[in-house]
Amino acid sequence: MEFFRNPNIDFLGKKWYFLAFSLVFSVAGIFSMLFWHGIPLGIEFRGGTLVEVKFAQAPDDDAIRAAMDRAGVHNAKIQRLGSVTSDEVLINLSAQETNEAALDEGKTKIINALETNVPAGKKDLNNVSSLTLAEDLLVRDPLHAGTDANQRYTAQAQAIIDYRDKVKGGVLSSMDDLKSAVNPAIDPAVLASLPDGFYLSNFGVRNVSIVGPQVGSQLKKQAWIAIGFSLLGMLIYLGFRFEWIYGVAAVVTVFHDTLITVGAFSLMNKEISLTVIAAILTLIGYSNNDTIVVFDRIRENIKLMRREKLSDIVNRSINQTLSRTILTAGLTFITVLALYLFGGEVLNGFSFALVIGILIGTYSSIAIAAPILVAYQDWRLNRGKPTGMASVKAVAGRK
Amino acid sequence: MNKNLGWKLAIIVATLLVFLFGIFGVPDSWSRSGLLAAMQNRIHLGLDLKGGTHLILQVQVDDAVNADSDRAVDLLKEQLRVRKINYTDVSKPDPVNAPDKIVIKGVPSDSVGDMRSILGDRLPAYDAASGVDNSFTLTMKPASLVDLKTRAVQQAIETISNRINTLGVSEPTIEEHGLGDYQILVQLPGVDDPARVKIILSSTAMLEIKQVKDGPFPSSQDALQKTNGLIPSDSMLLKGRGEGSKDTDEAGDQYWILARSPAVSGGDLRSGGATVERDTNTNAPEVGFALTNEGGRKFAKFTGEHVGERLAVVLDGQVREVANIHEQIHDTGRISGGGMTEEAAKDLTLILNSGALPARIKYLQELTVGPSLGTDSIRAGVEAAIVGMLAVLIFMLVYYHGAGINADIALILNLVILLGFMGYFGAVLTLPGIAGVILTVGMGVDSNVLIFERIREELRNGKTPPSAVDQGFGHAWITIVDTHVTTLVSAAILFAAGSGPVKGFAVTLTIGLLANLFTAVFVSRVIFDWILSRKQRGDALSI
Repeated sequence: MEFFRNPNIDFLGKKWYFLAFSLVFSVAGIFSMLFWHGIPLGIEFRGGTLVEVKFAQAPDDDAIRAAMDRAGVHNAKIQRLGSVTSDEVLINLSAQETNEAALDEGKTKIINALETNVPAGKKDLNNVSSLTLAEDLLVRDPLHAGTDANQRYTAQAQAIIDYRDKVKGGVLSSMDDLKSAVNPAIDPAVLASLPDGFYLSNFGVRNVSIVGPQVGSQLKKQAWIAIGFSLLGMLIYLGFRFEWIYGVAAVVTVFHDTLITVGAFSLMNKEISLTVIAAILTLIGYSNNDTIVVFDRIRENIKLMRREKLSDIVNRSINQTLSRTILTAGLTFITVLALYLFGGEVLNGFSFALVIGILIGTYSSIAIAAPILVAYQDWRLNRGKPTGMASVKAVAGRK
Repeated sequence: MNKNLGWKLAIIVATLLVFLFGIFGVPDSWSRSGLLAAMQNRIHLGLDLKGGTHLILQVQVDDAVNADSDRAVDLLKEQLRVRKINYTDVSKPDPVNAPDKIVIKGVPSDSVGDMRSILGDRLPAYDAASGVDNSFTLTMKPASLVDLKTRAVQQAIETISNRINTLGVSEPTIEEHGLGDYQILVQLPGVDDPARVKIILSSTAMLEIKQVKDGPFPSSQDALQKTNGLIPSDSMLLKGRGEGSKDTDEAGDQYWILARSPAVSGGDLRSGGATVERDTNTNAPEVGFALTNEGGRKFAKFTGEHVGERLAVVLDGQVREVANIHEQIHDTGRISGGGMTEEAAKDLTLILNSGALPARIKYLQELTVGPSLGTDSIRAGVEAAIVGMLAVLIFMLVYYHGAGINADIALILNLVILLGFMGYFGAVLTLPGIAGVILTVGMGVDSNVLIFERIREELRNGKTPPSAVDQGFGHAWITIVDTHVTTLVSAAILFAAGSGPVKGFAVTLTIGLLANLFTAVFVSRVIFDWILSRKQRGDALSI
């Protein structure tokens, strides 16, 4: 089976279309960053408090908002995670409302606001930790345990919490649910004693992120430095392996990819989190792969076809590597697409960046990187200088 | 089959076995759950998969600097008194912004030489600059300052580790974090209720026993009135909670005038000397403590001299207990008051036994992943990995026929090496790490495609299969190295700059790609050679 047998497409002839295409997306992204959504930053970078809550049934946003207002949590942003019928909600406080002196104040207020009709003196079994649960059991001692009480109650508490979190997704709707826990089973005496100390709310807290302003700005700085160093690293390596103009072309191409990827996040108002930065850094490395393969072939062909025009050599090289470029990008794209579709909410931004980045990265190694080489040569020729392109550095160990 | 090839096949099988052992060790049972358990034993899951709390805290190192310069001020005053040198003032003009700055004023001209020798002998860590009217300004030497701050962070890490170990959290991480901002990273797997842990971690646990000069007063104004608006310099005003108001929260504040310097302090506490005890009358929980021999002597001297007076137990700058001294006490004491619960008494003994923190702690970040989210993440991550991997494996079979089997074997071995390596080196698998595994599959297969496409091209140009294979691998090799290096550069930067989950991603990506050099080039080549060695000259290659 073969998709491309001897393709012969005049890529360089279409460079103005490519340029227009890239410009449209870059400019749209830049406009969105400047005038529309800005660069939407994740909680790690912008700071603030984020509480992810899962309810037993899909909740009413207005009811949550009212509960927040009653508890004195104003300006909370409430977002449904996923579809409108989803039972998970993100409650967001801005960095201004997150006080570094009492970092978890906002979180405590949010959780307390959601706890309604609390029976006096009882704890919420849906939001208790196994440590506290074990201590509570130890005090009430339903098993009349002896010297091994600590151990037994710790194990029982862990079994209850594990069942709640791993089987029931974090929220028990009734204490009777626990009866069906097996391996390890929960002692009936322990179960019977639970209502004495606990009640069940209709929600469980799944994820809490509280980021003070200091960490946020520190991470932002680190992210910029990391991206800068990646680009610099590529420039140096490619300059060393090829000629400097190849390095410049590759870095301009990767910069173009990064710009469009970040632009896509801005256009879609998706948050750029730490893992998205990781994805972008990976892309900086990965989109260079295709570019290098094309460059390698150009260099090889310059030696073989000394008489021909550079634009013809470049076109030929792109066509020769086209099958490989499309295949490898396609295969990586398949895996990344699987990640995007099945990888879950936490990786959503990460895999979105990779999906966009791999598409753009493959396109740009054909449509941007190679034309830059030709444009550079044309510019040198117009100024009446030798191109220097054909003088390829010898690479040791090359066959 | 030639001998060389046999050796190479043996190497591949050995690698496979070595890394399979890395993943599973020797499992207790060979059932599915037995293998899964064995794997979880060797490959550790990160906080984002297991659930847990991730805290970044900052040591307020200026506290440690202030403590040092306070000691220096005391020492100076003592020395000046002993050597009978007059002075008008020894003080710290700006403890908040310049905690290491000490100013000495009004030293007579004929004592300046003596003054200099005191400074040189007794305070080598400070630079002294003389100013107008025989004043001296001391600032800590930059090297000493850095050293002091670094030690404060190290000591804080040690104390926090002690406290966490006593709490019984398994596999915690406590390490310095960030770029020299005195930050500490604390990772507590399985802890999804950080509030209590945070109280335990951040209590500085400064325990002091002080002489009570006067009190209690209902408010600070009342106390000031009694002393004519000025607290004597050897005394200080501290807040505490009165006996009769244990259960009320705010009404019970009382103020005491206490001696500034403590009779005994936290350093005099015997290690492990704090225990939970019960009040003999009310059976309420309280905390008893025992002192070291040296501390006991100091305490006995103090109580012996002050029989009939009162002493106060001060914890973290708050009066916790005031008691009458009926007789000389040697080496024990107790803290109750404040309506201590069982939990609070337990936590307090833990804190006291772990030693004091050298400085206050500020929280900069708290991330908590509930175990239910972690479980969902594992499920989603594994599902995506399986779907992505199957898609690639099937595609390679369809597109390259026989050679596809070759690529698939190489890919699977690539995964085995990656996971086995993580098992051997205790690397932590995070959710982005799982994504790294998936990406390794996608990127790893690039190398195979590169080689296969080149072989097809050579075959089209009329080369024989053995020569086409040879040329294919030869030409593709340099390109493969190039593409790997660029991605590895990115991964290295990620590893250096990232933390937690992102670091996990960099680790899997790096190991995966390095393993890929072995599988896609060496293993795949050996398989080709083996296939070719079994073919007749002129047979077609399935690719």
